[in-house]
Amino acid sequence: MTGYFIRRVLAIVPVMAIVVVCVFLLLRLTPGDPAAILAGDTATAEQLERIRQSLGLADSLPVQFARWLGLLAQGDFGTSLISGSPVTGMIAQRIWPTLNIAILTLILTIAIAVPLGVIAAWRHRTWADYAVMSFSVLGFSVPVFVIGYTFILVFSLELRWLPVQGYVAPTQDFGQFIVRAILPCLALATVFIALIARMTRTSMLEVLGEDFIRTARAKGIKESWVLFRHALRNAAVPILTIIGTGFALLIGGAVVTESVFNIPGIGRLTVDAILARDYPVIQAMTLLTSGIYVLINLLIDLSYAFIDPRIRY
Amino acid sequence: MTVQFKNRSFTDAEVVLDVRDLTVGFAGHPDAATVLGGVSLRIRAGETACVVGESGSGKSVTSLSIMGLLPKGSLEATGGGIGFEGRNLLDLGPSAIRALRAHKISMIFQEPMTALNPLMRVGEQIEEVLEAHTALPARDRRTRVLDMLAQVHLPDIERIYLSYPHQLSGGQRQRIMIAMALILEPRLLIADEPTTALDVTTQKQILGLIDELQQRHGTAVLFITHDMGVVADIADTVHVMKHGRIVENGAIETVLRQPRDAYTKQLLRAVPSLTPRTPRDTQEGEAILTVQGLQKVYGEAGIFSRSRPHVAAQEVDFTVHPGRTVGIVGESGSGKSTVARCIVRLIDPSSGKIRIAGTDIATLPPRALKPYRKHVQIVFQDPFRSLNPRWTIARSLIEGPVNLGIDRNTALARATELLAMVGMPEDTLERFPHQFSGGQRQRIAIARALAMEPSLLVADEAVSGLDVSVQAQVLALLSDLQAKLGIAILFITHDLRVAAQVCDEVMVMQKGRIVEHDTAANVLLRPQHDYTRALIGAAPGRGWDFANFRELAQASP
Amino acid sequence: MAAAPKPEAGLQWLLNAITLPRHARLGIGPTIALAVLVLIILSAVFAPLIAPHDPLLMDATQRLKGPSSLHPLGTDSYGRDILSRVITGGRISLVIGVSVAVASIGIGLAIGLVAGFFRRADAIVMRIMDGLMAIPSIMIAIALVALNGPSLWSVMAAIAIPEVPRVVRLVRSVVLSAREEPYVEAAIALGSSMPKILFQHLMPNTLAPLIVQGTYVCASAILTEAILSFLGAGVASEIPTWGNIIAQGRSYFQIKPTLILWPGLMLSLCVLSVNLLGDAARDRLDPRLRKRGE
Repeated sequence: MTGYFIRRVLAIVPVMAIVVVCVFLLLRLTPGDPAAILAGDTATAEQLERIRQSLGLADSLPVQFARWLGLLAQGDFGTSLISGSPVTGMIAQRIWPTLNIAILTLILTIAIAVPLGVIAAWRHRTWADYAVMSFSVLGFSVPVFVIGYTFILVFSLELRWLPVQGYVAPTQDFGQFIVRAILPCLALATVFIALIARMTRTSMLEVLGEDFIRTARAKGIKESWVLFRHALRNAAVPILTIIGTGFALLIGGAVVTESVFNIPGIGRLTVDAILARDYPVIQAMTLLTSGIYVLINLLIDLSYAFIDPRIRY
Repeated sequence: MTVQFKNRSFTDAEVVLDVRDLTVGFAGHPDAATVLGGVSLRIRAGETACVVGESGSGKSVTSLSIMGLLPKGSLEATGGGIGFEGRNLLDLGPSAIRALRAHKISMIFQEPMTALNPLMRVGEQIEEVLEAHTALPARDRRTRVLDMLAQVHLPDIERIYLSYPHQLSGGQRQRIMIAMALILEPRLLIADEPTTALDVTTQKQILGLIDELQQRHGTAVLFITHDMGVVADIADTVHVMKHGRIVENGAIETVLRQPRDAYTKQLLRAVPSLTPRTPRDTQEGEAILTVQGLQKVYGEAGIFSRSRPHVAAQEVDFTVHPGRTVGIVGESGSGKSTVARCIVRLIDPSSGKIRIAGTDIATLPPRALKPYRKHVQIVFQDPFRSLNPRWTIARSLIEGPVNLGIDRNTALARATELLAMVGMPEDTLERFPHQFSGGQRQRIAIARALAMEPSLLVADEAVSGLDVSVQAQVLALLSDLQAKLGIAILFITHDLRVAAQVCDEVMVMQKGRIVEHDTAANVLLRPQHDYTRALIGAAPGRGWDFANFRELAQASP
Repeated sequence: MAAAPKPEAGLQWLLNAITLPRHARLGIGPTIALAVLVLIILSAVFAPLIAPHDPLLMDATQRLKGPSSLHPLGTDSYGRDILSRVITGGRISLVIGVSVAVASIGIGLAIGLVAGFFRRADAIVMRIMDGLMAIPSIMIAIALVALNGPSLWSVMAAIAIPEVPRVVRLVRSVVLSAREEPYVEAAIALGSSMPKILFQHLMPNTLAPLIVQGTYVCASAILTEAILSFLGAGVASEIPTWGNIIAQGRSYFQIKPTLILWPGLMLSLCVLSVNLLGDAARDRLDPRLRKRGE
């Protein structure tokens, strides 16, 4: 198992290296003068010079890259073009609301999506299956902001069950956190649930067609044992994989959801940065979300070893 | 040697299973053709009843109907009855059927590699049967499982109990399946081709084990197989199935000696004899293929490669002369296909020489190899994947000649001739592979190979995927073509019977090496190597001459 | 009837590829989806003729008006006609959806064929693809648009680039499994050249999965465009796209929810139709594709 762990951990090195190079080149290989674009049409010469300085665009590419890597290694993501404060601090200040919402969303998603997928596969080609599949395709098709605004309209403005927008930290008042986070989490979870329910169904259907399921049935065991002891465990690896790759959707969704529900997280930070053309923030967010994505997928890869003995040995 | 049939009588024994006029059809399509059209069979305690038939005859559907395991929503029993312990199983609800499974009726399946849950320890998988059907406490369950593991003669049972399926061999997994099936001493064991995926030597052991446990517990066994040799070895009674009906049944010896039904006769006649055919004269002339010191090692390169290098073939030397058929025989993993694929250069040999038409092609780069491609052609095992499904037969047949620079019209004219030669109608040309049966596709694949006018045809298990009657036809075709064209054949097979019927010389491979190489008659009748003897000894039904409905005239030593 | 491959042979394999497995009928769902999509496409193409007003025309006297005979869906905060804007808004979405699908499939097919067929290229290409896939696509898109300005081209590139690795993976997996097929090995034994094997035996296998993948890419591109517009990282805010209309309606959402709901509905319907057609194509072309579907 140790060998597998070491190989998986080492495998993320080239991936992260490519991420870092891509993010670096994104700015440097932009046709035209990125500083001019970032500064906007009304920029003065001094403003342009300040942006070039701040992004470190003056030197040759290798020098820039080395300096940039050195700063990254110290956790320095540069300074904001707008406020002039360090980006690392800006992110650290606003990461908690995003993380809290993300974790709650993940729990909601798995609690809803996996049972839906199992039921759809178990009752293949019945109304339950069709209902889950219809929900799934809807979830893929309706954009998260439309879902978000519809929820606000129905649950907050019409029914007045929940507050419209805003955020309260769980450490401050857990009840209020849940009350205010439930709509954004549901909106964010919709596409994720659609994806995972669909994948659960697909891999369950595949596993249910395997020979060892026929063996299990031939043993005369209860259908629930067949489904959970035998089928779901074997379907777990592809389900986990899709949870990992689907995490990219969650990141994209968080940016939108936070601005719909007015949550002061790093998604809002990104949106503000887009509007203000604050490139260092966008760059830092790109690196950070990629790093989180790679890390989560690494954890999922490692978890396979606990599920599948063929990986362990 | 004499033939030992099981001439046991069961007329006094209690009837365990009584299937009466069972019909099975497609669910939701009452008007469609039936899958089973009135099957009746009766098995008594302690009896082994074999159901034999070719693919699509309905033998597996019969067994799944009894277990209540027909695929939901696609097949369903539409009439008749399955009597078991005074009840009609077709009338039972799901929970009543579940209570019977593994408790009263057990089943083992063909593919031991996939029939066990890969994520669960095998001991726990057996224990689950006890958990579902008994109230035994955990400690007793474990003792009972260990006892059962010992009964199926597994070594080191404590370790096996904790093993996962992928840590066991195919034979060991099938023993696990048998342990699982028999732990509650059911009255009926259904075995659906349980040894088909196994090598002959393992097959012999598993058949012996089933027989031993059956005698100890007085179990009735319903054994589904396509292999007449197995039937001759284990059956008390035999039921021959065709198109969803039983066309003939009776005591094993009666059916083998005096088959009444035309189809039974046809089936028996198609079983190749283990007695080597009359050897042909050695042909004069230079060797077409000379292989010297051929070696193939997998997993050598790469600093980070995890697995140790695996030697798939080594020290392989042989020659093939024009018009001769040379067989390579061996069990799975013996390296016989590796040798074939090296000779056709589908894989690159690690070392050694492969001399074809005066040139060593073992190390030629792809471009330089091209002119030598025409000399050696190959026919594969799986007829359903060996033709491009999107191409017309014509396009497949002229692919090779066009590569050689022959113009399309000439190639097409030649393709027409070749189709006639392999016994396919002319309108085959414009059709697509899915419109043909497996045997027909294999004929087309042979025609495609012959279009290159090769001097050597490599047949890599080319008849193994076919039913016996089709297999007999394709073998006859190959022998015809050889007589007409003087082509040499390198025949790779795991089946000694087939080798005996087509080969002039036979090489026996084991663990990547040739352990014996001689004329077919010498290898099969006077084997020198222990492994060859073991292989021949394990061949099912070897004392019987199926095609002539009698004992083999020539007894093997 | 000569069987010699003629010019229409290419068409023939296309037909074979499409109709190979089943002769399934188009079900009710996909038929409706097709009808809806055709309606959306027609109204987008003929928007200048259909739209009752100029979608850009502001009228300070008509701000935030409810439905009337003059403005069937009412007006926005600048007094622009919502119906005209929603009809016109589909144009950019559809252009982006189709062109992103075509571009990412084309580039992905080329790279995927190389990766699947040439073992040496495979390791390097797939590492790069893994790296690209690790960057959340929305972040690549945001960064690219921020750097290159809100032109249609940069938005299209920003959406297409993250889709490429997924197509590469799909093509590569199809090629890798197809090259193990005995008929490909037979072709090698028959002396067929590498390009011939690659383009005549292997590539046709990618067609059906790529058609399916293409529709999914199209749907997700339309969604991503709307999200980018909504975030202010899409095409210039003066151009009426569904995303831009929604972004501009946000401030007035509590007073007039239809500013968001109408374009949101059109957007969702459009993406839903494309997705349903993708599912139908998948079921029809090859049931085995379900495994690779997502």
